[in-house]
Amino acid sequence: MTMSEKTARQRWMAILSRASRAEVASLLGPDLPQHEVLKAPETGTVMVEGRAGGAGRRFNLGEATVTRCVVRLAEGAMGFSYALGRDARKARLAAILDARLQAEASDSTLHQGIARLAENQAAARDLASRKAAATKVDFFTLVRGA
Amino acid sequence: MYVAVKGGEAAILATHDLVAEARRGDEAVPEISVAQIREQQGLACARVMNEGSLYDADLAALALKQAQGDAIEAAFLMRAYRTTLPRFGSSEPVDTARMAIRRRVSATYKDLPGGQVLGPTYDYTHRLFDFALMEASNIMVGLDPTISEREGEPHSAEDARVRPEHDAKPLDAHMPRVPDILGAEGLMEPEEPPEGDPRPFDLTREPVSFPADRDVRLQAMARGDEGFMLGLGYSVQRGYGNSHPFVGEVRVGEVSVAFVPEELGFAVDLGDITLTECQMVNQFAGSKDVPPQFTRGYGLSFGHSERKAMSMSLVDRALKCREFGEAAEYPAQQDEFVLYHSDNVEAAGFVEHLKLPHYVDFQGELELIRRIRREREERLARNQDTLPEAAE
Repeated sequence: MTMSEKTARQRWMAILSRASRAEVASLLGPDLPQHEVLKAPETGTVMVEGRAGGAGRRFNLGEATVTRCVVRLAEGAMGFSYALGRDARKARLAAILDARLQAEASDSTLHQGIARLAENQAAARDLASRKAAATKVDFFTLVRGA
Repeated sequence: MYVAVKGGEAAILATHDLVAEARRGDEAVPEISVAQIREQQGLACARVMNEGSLYDADLAALALKQAQGDAIEAAFLMRAYRTTLPRFGSSEPVDTARMAIRRRVSATYKDLPGGQVLGPTYDYTHRLFDFALMEASNIMVGLDPTISEREGEPHSAEDARVRPEHDAKPLDAHMPRVPDILGAEGLMEPEEPPEGDPRPFDLTREPVSFPADRDVRLQAMARGDEGFMLGLGYSVQRGYGNSHPFVGEVRVGEVSVAFVPEELGFAVDLGDITLTECQMVNQFAGSKDVPPQFTRGYGLSFGHSERKAMSMSLVDRALKCREFGEAAEYPAQQDEFVLYHSDNVEAAGFVEHLKLPHYVDFQGELELIRRIRREREERLARNQDTLPEAAE
């Protein structure tokens, strides 16, 4: 799956799954909108698959913990969250955000908040990559008898 | 014969208290937190996640704390907890070509696209104690200069440390996997999904039969004991298996995990996991059906766990002997041997069950040995009586 193929909703769900509970909570603010919990936060596993040689036959590498939640806002929008780990509170807040983000215009404050989170996550990835790049080997060749 | 015996409850309760005390150690020393283990003993957590077959760094750290650092006991805790969780399904196969690289080295190509990225590694340390890591610095002074910086010593101009990461450009977003470079030349055994890209076998749900297919073998090795896999991999290198391996590539970094929930019908990105991948390149002289080419051994593991991924890739190649018409003469080439003995939770269970009460079994054995001895003595005595008297 490449970035360009992703829908806007897939993008914000990916950003929320990587966000900390505190980040998700601060996006939502202190007052939660009225909502009904359709599926209470539940922790289970997803079997992570790999491919032999990176591109060949699928195989089961091992499981990972995942927590999911489904809510419905008073005005009817349904929100889902799925993320690695076991954070039930974050799962519920992220599901509420998913519902609200679907209901709001793409230039709303909430969408801007998601964009800021995405920027922070990109910056963290960039910094990690630059730290790794600092350990890249510069080869030089010793010429004998020249 | 199996006879239930009651008793020992009070002793067992007392041992629970005593093990808690032993785990805590000297109370004058601050208690270690799960977060500290997760952050500062990450390689131990990776091992527990692999052998526990569950990716969750917090739980791995908790398991290590609870098991007093016993990696196999910790893996057992992970396995036991896993059985209490529902499984939502399987992820899309992870794409290691899109890994956010932290470390990537190749022993086959010096100048490969994307470069050699050493990342965080102990490979180039001197393996000297770094006493600066001890809190009580007054006990002994001495540093491993490859880890700690010597006080007051300026870095030389060539030192990479004078180039802060802020000046470095990020790594290439896409780094080709090394076997794919050889593959483009047609010199590498191709690695393609079989017809229809079938769902993999799951040995946690179905009993394994032999000969085992590669998906079964890879799953078993991924959760196998690192020490056992290392020993088998080493045996292959020493001649107990036909192998001339090169590390095509080892890469470590973060890979996103995508999952398609039934109720949504589209892929949801669950977040990133750290993976280590090893592609071992092996010479192959060719056979009746297959031209001479390089063949692959593949290793993939949770967390930063190079030794595990490398060992797995050596044994993966050895286990492919049947596909290449090679004789399976050595342990590392025999799937039944490898798969039945690599799981350390199972192995520890069977070895360690020997210390549980076998009183009745043993009474039976004791009776048997006594009877046989008695019979032997009687037989000897009878023979003695019937022997002719020696001439005086």
